[in-house]
Amino acid sequence: MSADRISRRAFAGGIAALALARQAGAQGYAGLGEKADGFAKVTPGKLFAFPGDHGPHPEFRIEWWYLTANLVDSSGAACGLQWTLFRQAAQPGPQGEGWANQQVWMAHAAVTRADTHRFNEVFSRGGVGQAGVTAKTFDAWIDDWELKGFDRTDDRTLAPLELKASSTDFSYALTLEADRPVVLQGDRGYSRKSERGQASYYYSQPFYRARGALTIDDKPVDVSGQAWMDREWSSQPLDADQTGWDWLSLHLASGDKLMLYRLRQKDGRDYPFGNWISAAGETQMIAGGDIQMIPKATAEVAGRKLPVEWQIAIPSRSFSIRCKPLNPKAWMGTGFSYWEGPISFAGTHDGVGYLELTGY
Amino acid sequence: MRRALWVLAVLLSHWRRHKMQFATLLVGLIAATALWSGVQAINQQARTAYDRAAATFGGARTAMLVAPDAATFPQELYVKLRRAGWPVSPTLEGRVQVNGRSLRLLGIEPVTLPVEIGNAPRLGASDLGSFVAPPGQTLVAPETLSDLHEAEGASLPISNGAKLPPLRVLPQLAPGVLVVDIGVAQRLLNKPDQVSRLLIGQPKSKPAGLASVVGDQLQQVEPTAETELERLTDSFHLNLTAFGLLSFFVGLFIVNSAVGLAFEQRLPMLRTLRACGASARLVNSVLVVELVALALIAGLIGLVCGYFIAAVLLPDVAASLRGLYGAQIPGQLSLRPEWWFAGIGISIAGALVAATTSLIKAIRMPVLATAQPRAWQQRQRRWLVLQSLAACAVFAVGLLLLGYGESLIAGFGLLAALMLGAALILPAFLELLLLAGQRAARRPLALWFWADSRQQLSGLSLALMALLLALAVNVGVSTMVETFSRTFLGWLNGRLAADVYISASDDGQGVAIRNWLKERSDVQAILSGGRAETQVQGQPVELLGLPDHALYRERWPLLEAVPQAWTRLVPGNAAFISEQLSRRLNVRIGDVVEVPAPGGSWELDIVGIYADYGNPKGQLTVNVAALIRQFPQTPQTRIGLIVAKENIPGLIGALQKQFALDDRSVADQATVKAESIRIFNRTFAVTSALNAFTLGVAGIALFTSLLTLANSRLPQLAPLWAIGITRPHLAAIELTKTLSVALFTALLAVPLGLLVAWCLIAIVNVKAFGWRLPFHVFPLQLVELVAVALVASMLAALLPVIRLARMQPASLVKVFANER
Repeated sequence: MSADRISRRAFAGGIAALALARQAGAQGYAGLGEKADGFAKVTPGKLFAFPGDHGPHPEFRIEWWYLTANLVDSSGAACGLQWTLFRQAAQPGPQGEGWANQQVWMAHAAVTRADTHRFNEVFSRGGVGQAGVTAKTFDAWIDDWELKGFDRTDDRTLAPLELKASSTDFSYALTLEADRPVVLQGDRGYSRKSERGQASYYYSQPFYRARGALTIDDKPVDVSGQAWMDREWSSQPLDADQTGWDWLSLHLASGDKLMLYRLRQKDGRDYPFGNWISAAGETQMIAGGDIQMIPKATAEVAGRKLPVEWQIAIPSRSFSIRCKPLNPKAWMGTGFSYWEGPISFAGTHDGVGYLELTGY
Repeated sequence: MRRALWVLAVLLSHWRRHKMQFATLLVGLIAATALWSGVQAINQQARTAYDRAAATFGGARTAMLVAPDAATFPQELYVKLRRAGWPVSPTLEGRVQVNGRSLRLLGIEPVTLPVEIGNAPRLGASDLGSFVAPPGQTLVAPETLSDLHEAEGASLPISNGAKLPPLRVLPQLAPGVLVVDIGVAQRLLNKPDQVSRLLIGQPKSKPAGLASVVGDQLQQVEPTAETELERLTDSFHLNLTAFGLLSFFVGLFIVNSAVGLAFEQRLPMLRTLRACGASARLVNSVLVVELVALALIAGLIGLVCGYFIAAVLLPDVAASLRGLYGAQIPGQLSLRPEWWFAGIGISIAGALVAATTSLIKAIRMPVLATAQPRAWQQRQRRWLVLQSLAACAVFAVGLLLLGYGESLIAGFGLLAALMLGAALILPAFLELLLLAGQRAARRPLALWFWADSRQQLSGLSLALMALLLALAVNVGVSTMVETFSRTFLGWLNGRLAADVYISASDDGQGVAIRNWLKERSDVQAILSGGRAETQVQGQPVELLGLPDHALYRERWPLLEAVPQAWTRLVPGNAAFISEQLSRRLNVRIGDVVEVPAPGGSWELDIVGIYADYGNPKGQLTVNVAALIRQFPQTPQTRIGLIVAKENIPGLIGALQKQFALDDRSVADQATVKAESIRIFNRTFAVTSALNAFTLGVAGIALFTSLLTLANSRLPQLAPLWAIGITRPHLAAIELTKTLSVALFTALLAVPLGLLVAWCLIAIVNVKAFGWRLPFHVFPLQLVELVAVALVASMLAALLPVIRLARMQPASLVKVFANER
């Protein structure tokens, strides 16, 4: 997931309000295109170190731990879930103590089936322990929503983990296993978002095997499948003239993984980008000119037209697929709203994945 | 349409010929609307103010978690609960001194603050950042800002030297509160990582049981449908509403008699219209349109009058509510559009109800019916029986309420039943009285006098009922006010034992003041008191700590006590209980009350009961040293001094100079007493004003009834005149008749009023405030009232009587020539 994700609604309501509101006329989607004076800069050549980089980087303005899972329940029906924890610093500078801490946390949780889509959001201020992330033993939490490691959790794979979230009308609990290390996206973890140098640090764990239980309206079902976690942090991930993005994470039936996104610019030009991750965990960047992303059908949700079906081709890899949403109504009506839901695709390759559409 | 307009013009011509009648109708409607709307305006203003107070970020209406001893608790419990799925939000509360004023400081956490909290002031998204991020903001009500004489954006120092974040006005906020971020509150109040309460929002999932997360460190307090303030002030507003309603009905009596008479007088006109071809539907529609139009005009005038009544009474109401309940009501009247619509609506509805009988008769009227202007009233006689039966039923309901009613509403229900029943039975009662008079009479003129009075009764009965109610309420309320006034003054004298009262801003200043006082020779004794708050059986209870001093033993008033009660307090295992609290908890002398204290449960033997007038909270009085042992956090800021009278001004001046105390922080006994009495007087100023208004409206009702009757009584009087009784003589008889029925009514009102007073003192007051006053009767007051009633009746009767005395013989002769 790209930096774009940040915005994934993160900035929704409270957080955004807390952190961004002071600058009138926020730029880009959810203010992600703002200048980052005083915060740490994202520069190429960073060496990632784990477990440290699994934890928070408060000197950067924004950061997230973003997990999506494509699952199948015991009856064979497809479903998906999302769990995201966002951090945002309201101000640069030394970290304040207690309530004076400038970090604001926000989380989104959602479950999607063909017939329903449920979501919820939570906000918290940092500094008092209500929300936070520790790198070792890994633990990311806000209220009673939690993504938590064990003593035996491997820093290289960031597995196994336990995930839980609950809301009035849904809840879930999963365990996540992985046997391959996390994958650095972009150029060894440096992910450029525009031609003018906006960028983020970005790595993923796309190889999680997930198993657990999903409860909707008090009816629990066992589920299993694959999950993908994105870790990203930055101080100014988007350019001021970038209005939103279309982002996909794809689990190919072959075991390969593909991350793709397209940043939309006001002038109508796009900034596409991708990473192909082989089943063995090797990653290769895909140049923007090599990616064709063509919206094929729109769905009307929450009074907006959203391109929920796509024709995607990467000619250099003889890759051409058509992807369809599990539920076209996967609208996240949170503070900053966006569309995020599970998809399936067929063509030269088959598989499942997640699609995110922001800025519509 | 044209036809309808013509019918309307014909109907309206009646009023041109009967201007007085027209005025009567309008006055009735205006009086009804004005008093009702005025009272509603006051109530609405107060409710808006309570809502603002309640909406002060979890001030009420929100379930919350508190420590059992009502002390602050570690913030860590908040985090534990959040992580267990509890949707809680922390607040920290305290008091700070700003510009010499003591204000409530409330720290909130806006990110987790439950969105469901009533009509809580909302921080817009863009405000949230500047509220939380340094330097933050201090949210205040506009009233607080002007009280402080500061401008928005000012950053004020508090007494410990720290500075408040810049002030920002939030219009919906309650006055007297400073709202800051919880982090700021913790710093300003010097309570790092401490929390006073956790507000509970809508759970997003099923959280773990409270005890499994925090043990018994916190307990849940359920929200009440009403705020504490609303509950406490209920009786006050019910009182106002009752007056408003009474006036409304009295006003409708007037309308009823005016419309009834107008209908009778217009019967020939209606008949002619119908005979000319106007359909029944058309005539009736026009009658309704005419009435609604009149009600509209009168309603508007009534609303304007109501506005002025409310504006005049509001300062007193606001002062009473502040004095009695600590409720802050802005003195400026602001009215919502609903109020105007409701006022017009009630005026129209009232007019229609009052005219129902007449309208129904007009609808049923056969085209060629002969006009029978008097017959309709006579038919009403059978109503006497029905009405008396209804009265008995109402009395029975009252008795049931007396026997089984528990609530304040039941108390008011009893009052209403008493008055309604008495009003209903009044005509039958007077009828019996007059019948007895008739039986006793021998001479023909006397016989006629009694019989004619009886005949007149049905026309006057509504007005007399109004008079009875107004008088009874007057007697009841005056008796209660007088009783309360005497009891209160005696109590206040004993209660304000010390000569000078000081309230230090914090413990440090308290110690400094005490040390400074010890050095002074003009101070005879320093009495340090203390107050702590706790909860007993879920009710907020104040613990008052008093030192052991001869002064209290001699003067502090106790209603009941065991021997040596004050000595029993000293060891710290005994307490006095306030009358209100003893009733609420159902505790008597000899019982034991368990008070949750930081060190565990504190068992107190109840050794005395005392009156605590005007305190909305329950109170326990204990020895101050014992209080501080049990509640170590008790602020020791309250100091009383015994000083020779001549030294008081000098000492107060020196104290103010030395410690920069304002008038609220140091006061002498006389000032405190004067303030209390002022509040007390203002409280009843409203009651007295409404009382007078009601009596006035009843007077108008009587006046208009007599006026309308006088016009229709010529056929009765003309024969007497014809057989030789002079006009002045006839007038004298008329006056005597009016005065005698008024006198009977007034005399009936006295016992009824005393019953009302008893209900107020023994039932309503006890339920509303928790105290019972001794019942006194003030005969002089009663005589005065009866006299006022007679004078009012006489004035009301005078105009018709004078007219009669001066009537042209031709008019009397005409009676015989008339088609009647």
